[in-house]
Amino acid sequence: MSEKIKVRTMAELAAEGKEPEILFWVGCAGSFDDRAKKITRAFAKLLNQAEVDFAVLGTEESCTGDPAKRAGNEFLFQMQAAMNIEVMNGYKVKKIVTTCPHCYNTFKNEYPDLGGQYEVYHHTELLQSLLEEGKLKVEGGTYKGLNITYHDPCYLGRGNGQYEAPRNVLHQLEIDIKEMKHHKENSVCCGAGGGQMFKEAEPQKEEIFVKRTREALETNPKIIATACAFCNTMITDGVKHYNKEQDVKVLDIAEILVNGIKE
Amino acid sequence: MIAQILFTLILLAGIGYFWSNVSKAIRNVKLGKPSHRDDRKNERWRNMLLKSFGQQKMFKRPIPALLHLTVYLGFIIINVEVLEIVIDGVFGTHRVFAPLGGLYNFLIGAFEILAILVIVAVIIFWLRRNILKLLRFNMPEMKGWPKNDANIILYFEMVLMSAFLTMNAADYKLQLLKYGHYHFKDGIVGSFPVSHFIANFLPTDPHTLVMIERGAWWFHIIGILIFLNYLYFSKHFHILLAFPNTFYAKLPPLAKFENLESVKNEVALMMDPNADPYAAPVEQAEEPDRFGAKDIFDLERIYLLNAYTCTECGRCTDVCPANQTGKKLSPRKIMMDVRDRMEEVGKNIDKNGSFIDDGKSLLDYISKEELWACTTCNACVEECPVENDPLDIIIAVRQYLVMEESAAPAELNMTFSNIENNGAPWQYSQMDRLNWVDED
Repeated sequence: MSEKIKVRTMAELAAEGKEPEILFWVGCAGSFDDRAKKITRAFAKLLNQAEVDFAVLGTEESCTGDPAKRAGNEFLFQMQAAMNIEVMNGYKVKKIVTTCPHCYNTFKNEYPDLGGQYEVYHHTELLQSLLEEGKLKVEGGTYKGLNITYHDPCYLGRGNGQYEAPRNVLHQLEIDIKEMKHHKENSVCCGAGGGQMFKEAEPQKEEIFVKRTREALETNPKIIATACAFCNTMITDGVKHYNKEQDVKVLDIAEILVNGIKE
Repeated sequence: MIAQILFTLILLAGIGYFWSNVSKAIRNVKLGKPSHRDDRKNERWRNMLLKSFGQQKMFKRPIPALLHLTVYLGFIIINVEVLEIVIDGVFGTHRVFAPLGGLYNFLIGAFEILAILVIVAVIIFWLRRNILKLLRFNMPEMKGWPKNDANIILYFEMVLMSAFLTMNAADYKLQLLKYGHYHFKDGIVGSFPVSHFIANFLPTDPHTLVMIERGAWWFHIIGILIFLNYLYFSKHFHILLAFPNTFYAKLPPLAKFENLESVKNEVALMMDPNADPYAAPVEQAEEPDRFGAKDIFDLERIYLLNAYTCTECGRCTDVCPANQTGKKLSPRKIMMDVRDRMEEVGKNIDKNGSFIDDGKSLLDYISKEELWACTTCNACVEECPVENDPLDIIIAVRQYLVMEESAAPAELNMTFSNIENNGAPWQYSQMDRLNWVDED
């Protein structure tokens, strides 16, 4: 993936008097976390491949305020929301796609009431329709014979009822998902939500991510698929905890797809 | 005649005391802030039908669901029999519905079969709690009263059903003996698929049989009235409150948290370029809203109703990732704490006429350690058979801690200041947001 990725910013396009069809909201993890940046690149590559007319905010992007809201700092959340809405409405944004289920939930459910009304897609939803429309074509057989399981992120699955889009992308790749004991609405959290990503856990017997990863490993997977950068971090840590990082990869749906499409 | 008057008085007293306690519960729920849940009516009715009437969510766990369904159907259907008992009691009639003929026989037969099924189900419930000691019934918050409460309910049901069957058995035997008004000229009235076995064990002397029949009859109806009045003090209140509770429950998407109105006003003022920073504060008729919830008064009414409706089944705690990994947080305990505090405030009002500050709050019941362990994953909300929402309560108290007391854990305060200064929860420069494009 070392080739140059073509990404334009909203500001550049605006200077040319253009508006892209959709804003790719990269999110904080996607911008700064070394592991998550790879997911961002994979998704941007897919957008280029499918010739989607998109742009990013780049340095004008800021935290949606989700971690603040879940941790009880409603004030900070609403301040962030007000600033982001001002920026996005300034660029007349109509559609947003994001790889982060937390940003997705915030835009989709909490911004409208504050003056930010957009059509919001999680990247797995957009990828699903790009595959359906034939704008992305799978190579076929890339993942033949590999055990793959999928972990539902809380804010995509239980929180927003989106269980099928990520699974459909995997099905398009001819992957037969080995489901964990707890999946879809009964899925178990990775342990990152509600501000936990940014603090030490309270006194406990074990880490939540260890527990969740144990269940994933019980399916004997080669790949643990997920659709959230935070889940990815937690489960990657879990795989390391069990010294399985040589055998088991933790990959985002976008990364799995990017390796399985026709160039 | 004396029996009729006595019966009517007991009935009125039973219903009257129950009503006074229900009024108290309504008053207590109204201590909270108004909830605005009158939108999406069709979905709400549907939710109530499926989740309350149809017990849809119970069936996530089929074995207890079937046992619970048995007891629930028994409860509803056998209440038709209670209607007959009440009419007989007030008007001095005996088996007033007997003229229904074949239908009556079918009904009485069905009640008997349900009654024995209820007894079996209740015994299994008791074994699960007391012998098998299922984990979720034996957690720290289930010591003392909550444990006794659960068992008392089971004993009540066993005793009531036994009284019902004994009454029928004695009645059946008296009919066979063609004794007094128990004798119907058309032969045996009612069918007694269960109690005719019990009849074998009863004496044959008609006077003793009448005493047994009357004794069981009075015992049964007085027992029901006591049980009715027990609801207010018990987790068993859910048999009534599950209906409004599921109607006003949070509708999907579960991950949506409402935006606080009080904060909206503040932010609007801050963002308004025309706002006069030196303006004198507008005279307010009442104190401004507290940010978040310190006590039950700050919670929306729906959460207080949630607390009364909670059956303490512990499914929420069972699926809570924090609890599963040995942390102190238990969503069930959050619900129980809210109810306990609400009861405490209620008693304070009963005693003093209106609430007199007792220097306590919800935070005397719920510790910070519990509050900060929540991952907001919504597993508890998804799991709750009566659609309670412990998560929103946790968030409301977190809001109080953060915005009124600045009492977030130090690491979260760091996160807040990073978001404020760098626009990200980590200490990275906003100028580096596009670096990913050229990295590999």
